[in-house]
Amino acid sequence: MFSPVYISDMNCVTPLGLDLQDNWIAILKEDTGIDVHTVGCFENIYTAKIKDLPTVRTDLTYLERMLYLTLEPMVRSKPLGAKTGFILSTTKGNIEFLSEGKSEEAQLHKLAFKMSSLFGFITRPIVVSHACVSGVLAVSVAKRLIQTGQFDEVFVLAGDKVSEFVLSGFNAFQAMSAKPCKPFDSGRDGVTLGEAAGAILVTKSPEHALVEIVGEGAINDANHISGPSRTGEGLYRSISSALNEAGIDASAIDFISAHGTATPYNDEMEAIAFDRLGMNDIPLNSLKGYYGHTLGASGLLELIISILSLRHNKLIPTKGFVSRGTSKDVNIITQKMDVPLTYILKTASGFGGSNAAAILKKVNG
Amino acid sequence: MDSALYISHYSKIEKGLISVDGNVIFHAGEAQFSDFIKQAFKYQQLDYPKFYKMDNLSKLAFLSAEVLLRDEEDKEDIALVLANKSGSLDTDVKHQESIQDAANFYPSPAVFVYTLANICGGEISIRHGMKSEQVFFVSDAFDVVTISNYATYLLASQKAKKVLCGWVELFEENYKAVLYLVERAGTKLHTINNINQLVKN
Repeated sequence: MFSPVYISDMNCVTPLGLDLQDNWIAILKEDTGIDVHTVGCFENIYTAKIKDLPTVRTDLTYLERMLYLTLEPMVRSKPLGAKTGFILSTTKGNIEFLSEGKSEEAQLHKLAFKMSSLFGFITRPIVVSHACVSGVLAVSVAKRLIQTGQFDEVFVLAGDKVSEFVLSGFNAFQAMSAKPCKPFDSGRDGVTLGEAAGAILVTKSPEHALVEIVGEGAINDANHISGPSRTGEGLYRSISSALNEAGIDASAIDFISAHGTATPYNDEMEAIAFDRLGMNDIPLNSLKGYYGHTLGASGLLELIISILSLRHNKLIPTKGFVSRGTSKDVNIITQKMDVPLTYILKTASGFGGSNAAAILKKVNG
Repeated sequence: MDSALYISHYSKIEKGLISVDGNVIFHAGEAQFSDFIKQAFKYQQLDYPKFYKMDNLSKLAFLSAEVLLRDEEDKEDIALVLANKSGSLDTDVKHQESIQDAANFYPSPAVFVYTLANICGGEISIRHGMKSEQVFFVSDAFDVVTISNYATYLLASQKAKKVLCGWVELFEENYKAVLYLVERAGTKLHTINNINQLVKN
């Protein structure tokens, strides 16, 4: 009914590297970006911060430099026309302006407009700001708008930085782990925050395609604004919707890149949703042990790394995981493995009862 | 099946006025937002204590949806497509005030949870049992083309039975909400012109 949509280019800037290649090398070495840092009044806490972000331009904030370094190599030699869209995914953008009393400067639409002008997009920028599912949902939005004919291609750019603003909030929620996070582990006790930027090119052209986006969904729990659903209902429905669109059974999925924040309730909720779908045996990882929780960037960053997994037929272990810590059995990847991969599932869940799922199929591989 | 889409109902809240399908149902005069929205909530005679815990953006979005969906049945598959200009900035400023001074540091989870733009949509979903597609966009003004295409996609792909779209903007005392329901039945066509007339007037 709708024409196929592909992902044909990608890049990321993270504590593990300033481009895709360096990130993949670090991941294969099982390095972590998590280290001890001081952020505002939080002294010596574990976060995944970029250590030496190049000062590419002096007219940009820290986050804007992250975003610039990520997308600039992808758009450098590309004509950006009337059918080229630009979507920015972020939760807090330039939130640090608030500490200087500059609320107008902290507006997300201003950040999007500034980045859009910098790169030379001529269409109106779109901001998706939907808590921790923003990154995955922004990919769905890009695909959907291409399928309605609004765009032929869309650059999706996602980014968030570690800030005292967010740290203080998660800390007030008692959701921060004292040690580097341990997704799905029996000893997990909260998140480690991180910062990153990621970008992909979503397009209707199969040329140079890495994957096809064969199905996706983003369905709300309608249960609680800060607590995950105890039945995983929204995530269950998001994945079901994506499978339905892809026209495949759950058993066709070769690998799941889960959200896995390492809070007790979130990981339990995800395990319940995967169990309800009969996905217990499908190899699954969370990349939070490498990058921390990068909020509005997390879904897109993890999707990018998972596409690398898919292209290299290599499963990446869940760093921080030792022993099962969920009531339902899920197949957590504990060591690198070479396995032929065709279909992967990326999921995310977040505050506001939000969930998102996307199924990608390898093409030209 | 008729593939035409319609705007079946709409609600607006601005300048102390609440209207549904163009008919004023509540008018508070020149009250501050927090007084106005509380009065309007009481007038609805709802037993929903959670309302008082919400931030101002959520109260605005909640009440706009409440008056619009009052007579709707079978709400589980109504998707929610919301947008505004200021995201959660109104509550962001309040959270920032609580952490601005290291000697007087009092961040609260009850405030922090509202420092995300999409939470107001979550409140609507919880109230109406909408286990449905949801997205929150931020732009300087309502992006009619994008929102209209997105709603059309959700219905054409059968990912939703109806779509509740709209603008829910609040920063300090500046507020405006316009919500409209898109479905396969009605009299007002779901066109760019008709949406513009609703949202921009």
